[in-house]
Amino acid sequence: MAENKHATTVLTCYHCGEECKDEDFVIEEKHFCCFGCQTVYEILQDNDMCAYYDMSTHPGVNRRVIADTRKYAVLDDEQVRTSFVHFSDGTQSHVTFYLPAMHCSSCIWLLEHLHKLDPAIISSRVDFPKKEVRIVFLEKEIALSKVAMLCDSVGYEPLLSLSDLEQKPERSFQRKRLIKIGIAGFAFGNVMMLAFPEYLSGAGLNDPALNNLFRMIALVLSLPVFFYCADEFYISSWKSLKNKYLNIDVPIALAIIITFFRSLYAVFVEHGAGYFDTMNGIVFFMLVGRYFQDLTYKTISFDRDYKSYFPLSVSVVKKGEEAQKPLSALENGDIIVVRNQELIPADALLIKGKGQIDYSFVTGESEPVDKRIGDLVYAGGRQVGAAIELKVVKEVSQSYLTQLWNNIDVSRKDDEKQSFVQILGRYFALIVLVISTIAFAYWLLQGDMQRALDALITPMIVACPCALLLSATFTNGNAIRYFGKFGIYLKNAFVIEKMTKTDAIVFDKTGTLTQSNTTSTAYTGETLTADLQHKIAVVAAQSTHPYSKAIARYLGNTTLYGVQHFTEVQGQGIEADIEGTHIQIGSAGFVRMPNALPQEHGVAYIAIDGRVQGRFTFANKYREGFERMIKSLQNRYTLYLLSGDNDADKAYLSAYFPADHMHFNQTPHDKLRFIKSLQLRHKNVMMLGDGLNDAGALQQADTGVAVAHSSNFTPASDVVMDVQQLTQLPALFSYAHTAKRVILGSFVLSIIYNVVGLYFALQGALSPVVAAILMPLSTITIVSFTTGMTTLAARWVMGKRLAE
Amino acid sequence: MSVIIVLVIASVVVAGGFLLAFIWSVKHGQYEDDYTPSVRMLFDDESTANKSHSTNKPKK
Repeated sequence: MAENKHATTVLTCYHCGEECKDEDFVIEEKHFCCFGCQTVYEILQDNDMCAYYDMSTHPGVNRRVIADTRKYAVLDDEQVRTSFVHFSDGTQSHVTFYLPAMHCSSCIWLLEHLHKLDPAIISSRVDFPKKEVRIVFLEKEIALSKVAMLCDSVGYEPLLSLSDLEQKPERSFQRKRLIKIGIAGFAFGNVMMLAFPEYLSGAGLNDPALNNLFRMIALVLSLPVFFYCADEFYISSWKSLKNKYLNIDVPIALAIIITFFRSLYAVFVEHGAGYFDTMNGIVFFMLVGRYFQDLTYKTISFDRDYKSYFPLSVSVVKKGEEAQKPLSALENGDIIVVRNQELIPADALLIKGKGQIDYSFVTGESEPVDKRIGDLVYAGGRQVGAAIELKVVKEVSQSYLTQLWNNIDVSRKDDEKQSFVQILGRYFALIVLVISTIAFAYWLLQGDMQRALDALITPMIVACPCALLLSATFTNGNAIRYFGKFGIYLKNAFVIEKMTKTDAIVFDKTGTLTQSNTTSTAYTGETLTADLQHKIAVVAAQSTHPYSKAIARYLGNTTLYGVQHFTEVQGQGIEADIEGTHIQIGSAGFVRMPNALPQEHGVAYIAIDGRVQGRFTFANKYREGFERMIKSLQNRYTLYLLSGDNDADKAYLSAYFPADHMHFNQTPHDKLRFIKSLQLRHKNVMMLGDGLNDAGALQQADTGVAVAHSSNFTPASDVVMDVQQLTQLPALFSYAHTAKRVILGSFVLSIIYNVVGLYFALQGALSPVVAAILMPLSTITIVSFTTGMTTLAARWVMGKRLAE
Repeated sequence: MSVIIVLVIASVVVAGGFLLAFIWSVKHGQYEDDYTPSVRMLFDDESTANKSHSTNKPKK
């Protein structure tokens, strides 16, 4: 049978490159796996746009499941429309759509040539890293919903979600910071250049007019840096002081202010050189550090909640007519229609049709749940089968599932305060303050007022925790970059530190440890003839139950034969007659097995004409390398397993997890509570999960790792990890530990520099030259040390991975 | 020495010009998408090769 499958050459779809399994559409000797893919090809061909297929092979996106285009109708709702269109002058409108299906240069080409498909489109521009397309269109000639449908028709379904309606101002923030860096860098360079003649000549130039001019230019250039570029340090430290808490920005702000006023004093009272270049340097380097710290992954959102999971609108029946309604406007008592593969957006009562709800994403349970009229259906499930009508009983924000998001302890999310960089920085500032006060007292007793003041003030200039902070920022920034190359995306730098503290790891089973949607099927029992195999496959193909589907897939050929008397007993099994042969597939009880066990998971028995022939067993397929990963984590961490699924795999998994560390049939709330209980026992928990059912637990855990499949939704988390990289978890931990060691190493370096600086400053003899040399020198050596070390470590870890 | 004064002022003014150019480019989003333009610049060749009546691309 296996040979049979391989004998036929594998046909791949010209459009999307997937195997043409069940159907095969052919036009012009080109094969398509589904009607959807063929349609896209025809649209492109009609418009002479087949260059799409020349740029990369199989550039398309699989179109087997096509979304209902009616959902775009809501875009013509005035309120929704205005929130999507970000510019309109009466004739032209600009809209930005997020198209997660975009993946190659062909996609960019096609999406930037939309104007060929419809003359009402003026232009379109793709932002590939963000997977966005910005479309300019004539609003009188094409409705916004039609624009969305156009994108959809060529295979790029715009993802419209409620969270899009709430605009994000983040873009202008990064721009502002870039401008600040530009100004500070400009001032730093020029002031430095102007200060050189004075430094090199020893003590001022011969020409006092020139001296004065240089100092004045330096002062003028420093003004925007002091008042504009550094404002975020003042604001942040002011906020922290108001909350009676000392954050790392306080010493920085203090250093900037002291340096500035000390320089003013030097220029106007002492008629000497100021420390303007040092001040500009501090601001410039700190801003660059912040920029790298905030560089995150544009395409990945770490803060998604239920709003981005649910669609934008839902079909509502009113007086016998169906209309689209924005989800946010959905009210109790509304009658909604949910079609095949659509999500149920709110807790509702089933009032019409037969519910087959697939909760796999919410609960991890892989079998669809049957719902009858009058049953309460929780939000988040996906209807499989014919359309159903439901009556909403709870608003979207109040439903069982969305409550998960309201259950999280907000207090623990204050990452920054716990960071050891912050703590070290704070102590460091205090120590410097104490030392300089002692020096002040010493010089005062000696009767040298001028020196005493210098000894009090100038240590702040050299000993600002600048280098200290930069070491952490650059180490973590570079480490994040390398994590990204592994396919692991971190929300921010603090995550690395939190990872090093982890001592308990909790895994979700379904979709995380197992490969979703693939079960391995095996048959044991009397040998089945080819004819019988064929008949069983045909019967199994009649049902939508996952086990039936698995049997049909396993046996292959499902064509021909007329099936008679097909009956399906929900949760039990199916039976039918084919050419006089009575076939039953189902549980032990269903086929009337003698001495059957009451509840058995993952098994389906086959009975031919009332006689049991054998059974199929279904097992979840675990990821390759899963065993090795668990083995290498076992010694250092306490491992737990949480599953929303049944305990069919318990025996297999007990080889890897202690029996009391495995929990099955867990609801999303159970998972959340479990994480909380671990934390109460002072465990530092990392949770790995993939579905909405893990969303609460992921947020509650100290480090939440969302395992991303090709689907574009990942619940809110600290880390988003490509599912292929899951088994690299041990390498991930060892790299995080290396990063921490690098930070500690560079702390030592920066302390050496600070001791040198303090040596001068405490004697009241810190000249502008010394400050001007020490500041950039320490910064540059520390930055190159940290980036160098993290790069080396990354190469080493990656090298080890390749060797495996 | 007055020539140095002129030179210093000139150098600061020139540098300021570059600073303004930088600010302009940031405000026009030139640092936002650093990947797509590199792909986009290859497209014109493709479409002219494939099509005879390729109309000029609309400006951004």
